[in-house]
Amino acid sequence: MDTAFAERRRRDLIVAFVLAAIAATVPLFVKDTYVQNMMVMTLMWGALSQSWNILSGYCGQISLGHALYFGLGAYTTALLFTKFGVLPWFGMLGGGVISALIAMALGYPCFRLRGHYFVIATIVIAEIGLLLFHNWDWAGAAMGIEIPARGDSWLKFQFPRSKLPYFYFALALACVAWFVTWWLEDSKWGYWWRAVKDNPEAAESLGVVVFNSKMGAAAVSAFLVAVGGSFYAQYVFYIDPESVMGFQFSLLMALPAVLGGIGTLWGPMLGAVILIPLTELTRSYVGGSGKGIDLIVYGGLIIAISLARPQGLIGLFSFKHFAGLFSSKRKEAVR
Amino acid sequence: MTADAIIQSLASGLLMGLLYGLIAVGLALIFGLMDVVNFAHGEFLMIAMYATFFLFVFFAIDPLLSAPLVAAALFVFGAVVYLLIVRFAVRAKANAGMVQIFSTFGLAIVMRGLTQYFFTPDYRSVTHSWLGGKTVSVAGIFLPVPQLVGALVAIAAFGGLYLFINRTDFGRALEATREDAGAVALVGIDKNKVFALGWGLGAALVGLAGAIMAIFFYIYPDVGASFALIAYVTVALGGFGSVFGAFAGGIIVGLVEATTAMLLPPSLKAVGIYAVYLLVVFVRPRGLFGSM
Repeated sequence: MDTAFAERRRRDLIVAFVLAAIAATVPLFVKDTYVQNMMVMTLMWGALSQSWNILSGYCGQISLGHALYFGLGAYTTALLFTKFGVLPWFGMLGGGVISALIAMALGYPCFRLRGHYFVIATIVIAEIGLLLFHNWDWAGAAMGIEIPARGDSWLKFQFPRSKLPYFYFALALACVAWFVTWWLEDSKWGYWWRAVKDNPEAAESLGVVVFNSKMGAAAVSAFLVAVGGSFYAQYVFYIDPESVMGFQFSLLMALPAVLGGIGTLWGPMLGAVILIPLTELTRSYVGGSGKGIDLIVYGGLIIAISLARPQGLIGLFSFKHFAGLFSSKRKEAVR
Repeated sequence: MTADAIIQSLASGLLMGLLYGLIAVGLALIFGLMDVVNFAHGEFLMIAMYATFFLFVFFAIDPLLSAPLVAAALFVFGAVVYLLIVRFAVRAKANAGMVQIFSTFGLAIVMRGLTQYFFTPDYRSVTHSWLGGKTVSVAGIFLPVPQLVGALVAIAAFGGLYLFINRTDFGRALEATREDAGAVALVGIDKNKVFALGWGLGAALVGLAGAIMAIFFYIYPDVGASFALIAYVTVALGGFGSVFGAFAGGIIVGLVEATTAMLLPPSLKAVGIYAVYLLVVFVRPRGLFGSM
């Protein structure tokens, strides 16, 4: 590891810490629940996209089926809580573990697939999950599950009356997802992933190691996404198959990373900070009529950004003007 | 379940399968030509259905007659989409795969939004077409006429595409570009023109499918999404880039869907298709007729 890289990593950590600290104080000044909800959503999608980015960005295995893990997290938590009274914290952990195991089980055959075959396999698998939950009576089938509100409580992890606790949990989740990415970036896996992404053939000749690193990426990525799903279930108090496992969730997870910069440390968070408030605002100002204007704006934006800046917006946020010595490391970051 | 019922349902599955093949073949053509998956393919189908509907409502043109018109309109639309969006997406140096997925997917969202804006999310249908609601009986099996005609149109379109690719200059240019896009530039073929033609042709084929399907499906802004995934599976099952594979894939998908519907509740009929897709690619990672 060269010193420039080490320098960049240390700087990233400091910047992240400062940003998190600033974010943590924001709700003390912003009391408006609409804005608070927007911040919760931004942090949640940032965290989800950051997790998605581990498998699809760093490792290059583009998944458009991560809604499966999101849904599994949401359902595990909701089912354990409503059917057996198990606290959501255990549901969260359980959903994460289940998702990680399923991700590895699916990765076993799927990682042999290349390009579009892999992408379509991920979509199709998530779609099978969606259909199964749709027809699974015990899990509420198409009707879904309503999570009974039993008053504000950290133990039960539900707060019908306040958004603040959700905000801090979402912030913590975003920090964890970011930190895991940061940590893995310089791990053995991190280097293998870049090798797999840049030159699959050459990496493949290293054999089983590559396969294991893909499995690791899938497991970590699925685990974190499931925790996000579990959080979402507790936040909205109601889930049904379409609303937690629909294809749009897979896309929503990928979008911030794509817009911010796929396979970069900061891309997903940057993308979420831009995209999610924009989505929420267009939805509430022009989308309420069911006229579809929000879709037009949103879709147009996706086309424009993906064509204009295929490497993501992160490149625009060069740290050059903070200190000249950082300039040489952007290449590393944009990879 | 009697043998008659099984044959009956397989026969309808076959008819539907040929239509799936017709929807998918345009996708396969474009992929084979330039390695791009059009994630707005379902929306192409959707606007073709709307076009057919409005030709019917405002000009009383029967879907059967408007099919060539709609195909021609979609041809222009497809070429324009290539020139305005895809041309730039394939130039991307970074993350080319993601740029293609998301630019065409963004287009899909815009198209859905525009449809919703102009035509509302309401369900519409072509109320009384020449073929609507009729059935014929062939050897004791009852076949709905719209699906039957759709299947015949699909077969004719496959035949036409085959002749076009093999017998015309444009077709040969298409095939040559598909083999080696760099080399054709040396013999003076404008790659952009060929790609635009390919997109036009791909869109025209799905336009044809949309016109026929307008006879027997409800028309609404999200209708494309439900067929798009089946189309991707169809193409991938046959092997990306293989037009013949899309044709065969369509038939398999139709038959598998009919079989699943006999065994599982109707709401799970798509599971059979997806399961077969996974099974095929796990055994043969490049689809049935695909080459790497």
